[in-house]
Amino acid sequence: MNLDLSAASDFIYSETRMLDEGRFEDWLQLFTRDAHYWMPAEWQQTDPVLQPSLMYEDWFLLKVRVQRLSAARTFSQKPRSRSCHVLQAPQIDELADDAQSCHTWTPFHYTEIRGDDSAAFSGWLKHHLLIQDGTIMIQQKRVELLNFDAPLPAIQLFI
Amino acid sequence: MPQYANNPGAIQALIRPREIHRDAYVSDEIFDLEMKHLFHNTWVYVGHASQLPNNGDYLGAEVGRQPLIIVRHSDGEIHAFYNRCPHKGVRVTTEECGNAGRFFRCPYHAWSFRTNGKLMAVPLKKGYEGTNLEDNIAHRGLFPVAQLKVYRDFIFVKLNSGGESFEEFFGDSLSTIDNMVDRSPAGKLVVEGAPLRFMHNCNWKMLVENQTDTCHPMVAHEASVGTAVDIWNAEGGGGKHPGVEMLAPFMSPYEFFEGIGIRVWPNGHGHTGVSGSIHADYSEIPGYFEKMIESYGEERAKAILDEVRHNTVYFPNIMIKGPIQNIRVFKPIAADRTLVESWTFRMIDAPDQLFARTLMYNRFINASTSIVGHDDHEMYERAQIGLTCNGLEWVNMQRLYEEDETYDQEAVVNGTSERQMRNQFSAWQRYMTMSMEDKTAGAEA
Repeated sequence: MNLDLSAASDFIYSETRMLDEGRFEDWLQLFTRDAHYWMPAEWQQTDPVLQPSLMYEDWFLLKVRVQRLSAARTFSQKPRSRSCHVLQAPQIDELADDAQSCHTWTPFHYTEIRGDDSAAFSGWLKHHLLIQDGTIMIQQKRVELLNFDAPLPAIQLFI
Repeated sequence: MPQYANNPGAIQALIRPREIHRDAYVSDEIFDLEMKHLFHNTWVYVGHASQLPNNGDYLGAEVGRQPLIIVRHSDGEIHAFYNRCPHKGVRVTTEECGNAGRFFRCPYHAWSFRTNGKLMAVPLKKGYEGTNLEDNIAHRGLFPVAQLKVYRDFIFVKLNSGGESFEEFFGDSLSTIDNMVDRSPAGKLVVEGAPLRFMHNCNWKMLVENQTDTCHPMVAHEASVGTAVDIWNAEGGGGKHPGVEMLAPFMSPYEFFEGIGIRVWPNGHGHTGVSGSIHADYSEIPGYFEKMIESYGEERAKAILDEVRHNTVYFPNIMIKGPIQNIRVFKPIAADRTLVESWTFRMIDAPDQLFARTLMYNRFINASTSIVGHDDHEMYERAQIGLTCNGLEWVNMQRLYEEDETYDQEAVVNGTSERQMRNQFSAWQRYMTMSMEDKTAGAEA
């Protein structure tokens, strides 16, 4: 299997759909075991660990987040949060010669609600995708918030 | 109708030895009075000298409801001014930070001021000839803040003149700042990276109290930290995941927190982790201890690193973590709204991994995306709503209360005591009322 714009786009649409449908366990399986979910806290950030990030989670930490969402004593999820992603068509920034990996750029609008409260964010998703054992996997998902430096409310789900 | 303004007795009546009236948290009038009195009578942190490396560098700050400019003058001295042109009142700078060059220039009529505040130039000055502009307060330039102190690069101001000096106000609590700075082999810290900013719909004092609340981690953080520990153990628990190393100590049992102790100082300051803390058992970073020995000698280096204080509250509204090089500033916005800004410091001459750990701690615990932060945030917001319930108007604060306890001297107590919270409220009622005129009927008679 090879990566191209059509395959990468379909993958990204279905990935965010999993989040919006609350299928977090399935979503976690899209990440390679050495993947990272990264949300920078500075503009055009280059280093995830020596510059401040809002999130830089490995597979273990993502699993903790997913399991916590449904744990009995997770009081910040009573009531539960829900999300909605609206994506612009992804673009491929870089495609490996062997078409086995690519970097994509996808502007988004994201809304997260809980109870009567609602918060809206926008920004850009940057996926590093690769083919592993014949399926598309996420090596890194970078979520660039437009207002990363503003006072933010609690963001409990995944953008 | 105002209930508390010019009525120091009514404010003092909100504080009982073992409980606090809810109005301290929910009343808009009390919040206004905090802005006018408490934050004018106390030494408040406004920034760090490393944020002003060059002459002309400035940063914006707010104390109470007063917008300020903090600036480094051409002779290297740091000054603090009210952020208002003395001419028509226009705010002079709006950026969080920047460089003014040799002078500030008001964007409205181009009055300009040297970075020591002195009026430098007024366009078309002949229009003021014979008007005695020299005698007007506007001629003096940017209005300076009454008191400013830079302590080991930490910048504090007090808006009111007089009262306790900086040293009298903080006393021995400065030992936490000392320890955080001493942990740098060069004895120098620099702010690096933007702060993480997390908005909370609750009163600012709830956040300050939580800094020395050692009976909540094993309960409120079961969701985040408990889950992390469970998954790690279920998967074999081999090695040491840096996240688990940082999170797991939060789930320590009550006995651990009882044993580590709380130290309280006069004027509302205090810290958890007198002997040991949740920061005591981190992996060694190669090369760091050697650097510390080079700078301080082995005995002193060991003494610095053996001091592992957990959270130090500097009254009224910051918390410092010495072993983590982290400051949290609890900025009051309204009675039910608080912005938390969490700043990170790099230790000069220390290995990069230590700064990476500082940043990791900040995003793990203090970010708006932190699952540990979500646990706390939920409790504060529930308390803010819960406190509106009528019939039960007092917040209990009597854990390990002692009949003869006073707050005018240092004490070390059981680590699960709520004494530091009581210490804060003892200071709170004093700084709320010390500049307040008593205009109640009884006082006039």
